[in-house]
Amino acid sequence: MCDLTQSPWVGAASDLGGLRGLGSVVREADEPVFHALWEGRIFGVANVLVGKGLFPVDEFRHQIETIDAAAYAGTAYYAHWSWGVERIVVERGILTEEEIEARVRELGRHPETPVPRREDPEFTKIALAVFKELGATPRREIDDPQRFAVGDRVVAVGAKTSGHTRLPAYVRDLTGVVTSCDGAFVFPDSSAAGAGENPQWTYTVRFESEDVWGDVAENATPVYVGVWESYLEPAA
Amino acid sequence: MAHAYDDTGYQALRVKALESLLVEKGLVASDAVDQLVAAYEEDIGPLSGARVVARAWVDPEYKHRLLTHATPAIAELGIGGMQGENMVALENTPEVHNVVVCTLCSCYPWPVLGLPPAWYKAPAYRARTVVEPRAVLSEMGLELDDSVEVRVWDSSAEIRYLVVPERPAGTDDLSEDELAALVTRDSMIGVARAEAPF
Repeated sequence: MCDLTQSPWVGAASDLGGLRGLGSVVREADEPVFHALWEGRIFGVANVLVGKGLFPVDEFRHQIETIDAAAYAGTAYYAHWSWGVERIVVERGILTEEEIEARVRELGRHPETPVPRREDPEFTKIALAVFKELGATPRREIDDPQRFAVGDRVVAVGAKTSGHTRLPAYVRDLTGVVTSCDGAFVFPDSSAAGAGENPQWTYTVRFESEDVWGDVAENATPVYVGVWESYLEPAA
Repeated sequence: MAHAYDDTGYQALRVKALESLLVEKGLVASDAVDQLVAAYEEDIGPLSGARVVARAWVDPEYKHRLLTHATPAIAELGIGGMQGENMVALENTPEVHNVVVCTLCSCYPWPVLGLPPAWYKAPAYRARTVVEPRAVLSEMGLELDDSVEVRVWDSSAEIRYLVVPERPAGTDDLSEDELAALVTRDSMIGVARAEAPF
């Protein structure tokens, strides 16, 4: 596999902020929530697996970031979810590639075959309560002092990694101003790598558009970006 | 890649194979999948966010709570859940217009707006909104005066944003329910205004 995401200094194909040549924004009239049955099924399957604690959402996002650049841009949104689920269950040895390919071929030959059913009313009740009422926040309590305060000028150095990270590439190495501290949250870089939650403070940082985009910046269009503390250094 | 995801028919088959195998392994409960799909198709959607905005328009104290501590203020109306645990409400004014994007994936405040529309998840909106928000908004039918500061909020960490659009002029006589009907999903993302019904 030609994996362009191994270049740590660029970013994954999903890190789209500022990419040119993508055309106009197309709005669909009377858009359904899911465009096909399979979209809803993979949405449900992925969320059930996350809900069971099989993998953290950060690992799921990281798997989606391993889709190669051309395929990412040219495929349906929920196809990315299907890829993410598949990569995780294969990497964990829950299913093999061969098993999945064989089932795809078999279902292709016998499309009338129904999906088997397994009911779990107890789990379903809890899952629905989490999604519709309780949530599942990655916010954590930590004792570390906050390194930055509102008004501080900071540089978004980011993490030089080919793993999962959440600093958009378009602000990397740029200076902005902290506008809020938003609490401490599970560190996605660590969580996605299976290295634990390692929660950190997070901040919102305002970047002026001319600092980010130079001459092509529109007038008075600052960008506010959510960042984990270790992505930041004090500005000189 | 081992295989390309370029065909809906093939993709449907692949998801069917995956779900079948995971059910057989005892990892996926069919009824949980059914009910999650139904919840986002039928229950969880922008009508909830519209109730929050309408309440903020008629009740200044509620509006203050919403703009300072959005998550508990939204919970006052019985609204909460996955992807709404850490909310911030952004008020549009004659001087400042807020618009929300997720350049890295598709982060979105599910309990108040439901699942995002296709355009919000599509590369064009995610790539362009941070660079040329005025051009994107204009294409989407929202013209803003050059004197208005356009703040773009990239949901790259764990905060999820609800834009509180400006209350349309001439709506003083409308009830809270009538006001809620004016609040569209797009106005709560920041790509449209809430419009008066006349």
